[in-house]
Amino acid sequence: MPWGEFKDTAAERRLFQRRTVVMLLLVFVLLSLLIARMYQLQVVEHDIYTTLSDKNRVQVQSVAPPRGLVYDRNDVLLAENRPVFSVTLVPERVGDMEQTLAKLQGMLSISEEDMERFHRRLLEPRRPFQELPLRYDLNEQEIARLAVHRHELPGVEVSAELVRYYPHSELTAHALGYVGRINRQELQRIDPVNYAGTNYIGKSGVERFYEQLLHGRVGYQHVETNARGRTLRVLERENPVPGEDIRLHMDLRLQQLAHELLDGRRGAIIAIEPSTGGILALASVPGFDANLFVTGIGVEAYRELSKSVDKPLFNRALRGQYPPGSTLKPMLAVAALDSGAVTRDKTIWDPGYFRLTPGGRPWRDWKRGGHGWVDLTAAVAESCDIYFYEAAVAMGVDTMHQYLSEFGFGEDATLDVAGALSGLLPSRDWKRAVHSEPWYPGDSVNLGIGQGYMLATPLQLATATSVLANRGNWSEPRLLKDIKGDRSIDDVLPTGNHQSIELENSEDWEYVVEAMAEVMHGSKGTARGAAKGAPYRMAGKTGTAQVFSLAEDEEYDEEEIRERLRDHALFVGFAPVDDPQIAVSVIVENGGSGSGTAAPVARAMFDAWLLGFPEEGEALVVGSSEGASH
Amino acid sequence: MAAGSMFNESLRHPLSGPRGIWSFLHIDPVLMLLLLALIAGGLVVLYSGADQNMAVVKAQGVRMGVALVVMLVFAQLDPSVFRRWAPWLFAAGIAGLAAVLLVGVGAKGAQRWLAIPGLPRFQPSELMKLVVPMMAAWYLSRHYLPPRLRHVAVALLIALVPMAMIILQPDLGTSLLVGAAGIFVVFFAGISWRLIGAFFAMVSVAAPLMWFFVMRDYQKQRVLTLLDPQSDPLGAGWNIIQSKTAIGSGGMDGKGWLQGTQSHLEFLPESHTDFIVAVLAEEFGFVGMLTLLVLYMLIILRCLYIAATAQDSFSRLLAGALTMTFFIYVFVNVGMVSGLLPVVGVPLPLVSYGGTSSVTLMAAFGVLMSIQTHRRMISA
Repeated sequence: MPWGEFKDTAAERRLFQRRTVVMLLLVFVLLSLLIARMYQLQVVEHDIYTTLSDKNRVQVQSVAPPRGLVYDRNDVLLAENRPVFSVTLVPERVGDMEQTLAKLQGMLSISEEDMERFHRRLLEPRRPFQELPLRYDLNEQEIARLAVHRHELPGVEVSAELVRYYPHSELTAHALGYVGRINRQELQRIDPVNYAGTNYIGKSGVERFYEQLLHGRVGYQHVETNARGRTLRVLERENPVPGEDIRLHMDLRLQQLAHELLDGRRGAIIAIEPSTGGILALASVPGFDANLFVTGIGVEAYRELSKSVDKPLFNRALRGQYPPGSTLKPMLAVAALDSGAVTRDKTIWDPGYFRLTPGGRPWRDWKRGGHGWVDLTAAVAESCDIYFYEAAVAMGVDTMHQYLSEFGFGEDATLDVAGALSGLLPSRDWKRAVHSEPWYPGDSVNLGIGQGYMLATPLQLATATSVLANRGNWSEPRLLKDIKGDRSIDDVLPTGNHQSIELENSEDWEYVVEAMAEVMHGSKGTARGAAKGAPYRMAGKTGTAQVFSLAEDEEYDEEEIRERLRDHALFVGFAPVDDPQIAVSVIVENGGSGSGTAAPVARAMFDAWLLGFPEEGEALVVGSSEGASH
Repeated sequence: MAAGSMFNESLRHPLSGPRGIWSFLHIDPVLMLLLLALIAGGLVVLYSGADQNMAVVKAQGVRMGVALVVMLVFAQLDPSVFRRWAPWLFAAGIAGLAAVLLVGVGAKGAQRWLAIPGLPRFQPSELMKLVVPMMAAWYLSRHYLPPRLRHVAVALLIALVPMAMIILQPDLGTSLLVGAAGIFVVFFAGISWRLIGAFFAMVSVAAPLMWFFVMRDYQKQRVLTLLDPQSDPLGAGWNIIQSKTAIGSGGMDGKGWLQGTQSHLEFLPESHTDFIVAVLAEEFGFVGMLTLLVLYMLIILRCLYIAATAQDSFSRLLAGALTMTFFIYVFVNVGMVSGLLPVVGVPLPLVSYGGTSSVTLMAAFGVLMSIQTHRRMISA
């Protein structure tokens, strides 16, 4: 039909206009609603949103303090910080997570573990727009590759942080310990404020003990950020207080020498400066690269380290508990003299065996046929077991326990060596409690030559030797020498609480020390070979510790079994005799005899410390000895 | 409010120039002025919303220029042209929508674009915002008004079929606007109040059905988020919380141009597209908001006046429907940003960054100007 014809246009127009008015009313009402809403938000609730907006705009970010550095006594850097780049993802900004991860895998090598850890963290609750680390320690090429493809990887960031680095890690891992990523248990423990922004914490050794000192104090910055958490502008900043730089008593050269001396073997060397108690060297061989543990070691690499029969992760120096054997004799000699169990001129006949009761079981001397007539000096110098069997029985367990504990056995006597074990100093009560048996005289006999229940760590042996060198004066072993800042070392180093050992007759010290010098320089001294040609006098004592069993789950070949069943070789000593500069204890596992294996190592340490370090290529060990094994 | 007097004044005294020139150019000076004011203000806000990125503002300026040209082109055409072309355009639009569903080019999991070789990519759904009301007006104006039930049914079908096709893309915002345009035509045509009541009754039944059988999860999420934005402060609720914070922190007179922290610190997503109102509210405060809404109100008043004085039913229905669609834009966008309505992707007309909707809107104003300037002078 044609337009407009037969239509009541006027009526239609009026109808339309009525409807328009209705619509106009609707528009008014709805616009008023919008205006009311705006009024509500902008005027009535203005304060609420202003607060919200300010909170949005200004975020308080923590600024992690740089960790304090660690130096050796000659200011050689042992622990530093270096920038490490890692790749992180902000899930909120990553469009297609799977695709992004696939792309990244094409650019970087990402291990299964990294992937698993990332996916695990993805599921854990976290702050909005928080970066999740995917892989640490990118190399230059990887950083470059990421930079090139950056535009096609939204939400992927490369972030730098300062990470602990140990330039001489293989040498210092056991002495220094290492830092690692803060784990869940540690999170419960630490001050959440001071550690905001810090990812690493001391896990062992110095790093752990002096954590608070090395960590420093967190700083803040008020920053304007965007919703992505990207900092746009720093409004105000309170700088963090960096961790203190510290200096250890350790001498890296001595530490290195210790490692070289034990190279290819298993064992530990501890060197202490008797006058200060400063630990000059603390070596446990084989060592390991602590840097692997800082950013997290791979499962495979870790398995290799922990399964290795040489136990590189095991800190023999502080945690290896061995029967001290004959190295205990000097301390027992002091005890025997002071308690009156023996006198200086007491001599005994050593037929090669000892019986508690006539016809009872014999305890043998290591030397078949015995040493003949021996006094205390000879008993020490030639390591006569029979003399000490008798002395031990005469003293009894209580006296021995008393004196040995004064030398620091049975406890961790160190001031700041984290993780040092306390060994085992048996007593009547201990035996009753642990074995539900009384203490038998036979137990005393065994203790008399440092066997039986007694266990000591190399560090404890070095400590006791150092006390001996000091003629009874205690100077507890310590790693920390000083703090580079203006903080006093007294604030952080625990104070020692050991009483000096007071003898009835202080001359007894010299007597025992001379007996130990006899070990080195006497015509019959067990370690006379190791002291040949020395321009100074030294004191020492050799020893062996029996190996009782092999771990059952380990496989050995014939050769290895023979080797691993050999006794551990031990040596303790100090030099020079009259003005002790250095006290050492050495253990060479399965090394055979203390005189043949351990004593030359100690001699090399003495020489280096007193006469100067050997030049490159010089022989380290002066002629090893013949004959005696104790 | 001065709107009423404005309404009357603009009736008798056009703002400038002799009427003849404007008629010759087919421009309605009042509407033109209001639109230019809106566009200019929009660019100022956009400069801030886009983080002072001049390139964005320039691009938008170019688009607005193009949109103005489109408007003028449409204004030159006689309304009868739209009427004659309506069925063909409608058929083409339906075909386009079908093609999009079959071979469309997607972005973010939604297919909206049609890439025809030799032509710029365009969204058929955008075109339907104009074509649906044209078609409905064409159909209804052929019969006596008020329309009978079956005419209403057909007219609603004209609106609902494309609406359904657009929902499938899925594009909730556009389908809403297309559907609304058709329904407004029916309303202006004089559908009886009883039917309107019945219609609302139907909607209230259909809504739950939609919820369970039609709506996608992300759409449901939007509705739920609207009801409780705190429930998902990082996902869907983030935008709303942030935009409310932006608006609320603006206060009475705002933080000042370019001083909005919410938008510049990137807390506010899409601060130069759908959420640009929040930038304006933050920087120009309640006063700025009021100014914007009054400006929109004036545009709507002028357009409704044009509709009311149009000379034939087709023109009236089309003008009324286009005007109300424009209003829906405003209401849905501002309602969404201020947390009154769910988040549906509706831009703030002529202010948000983006070309397609601006061109469509200006084309609609072109149609209105065409209706206004092609009136045959019968009697004053």
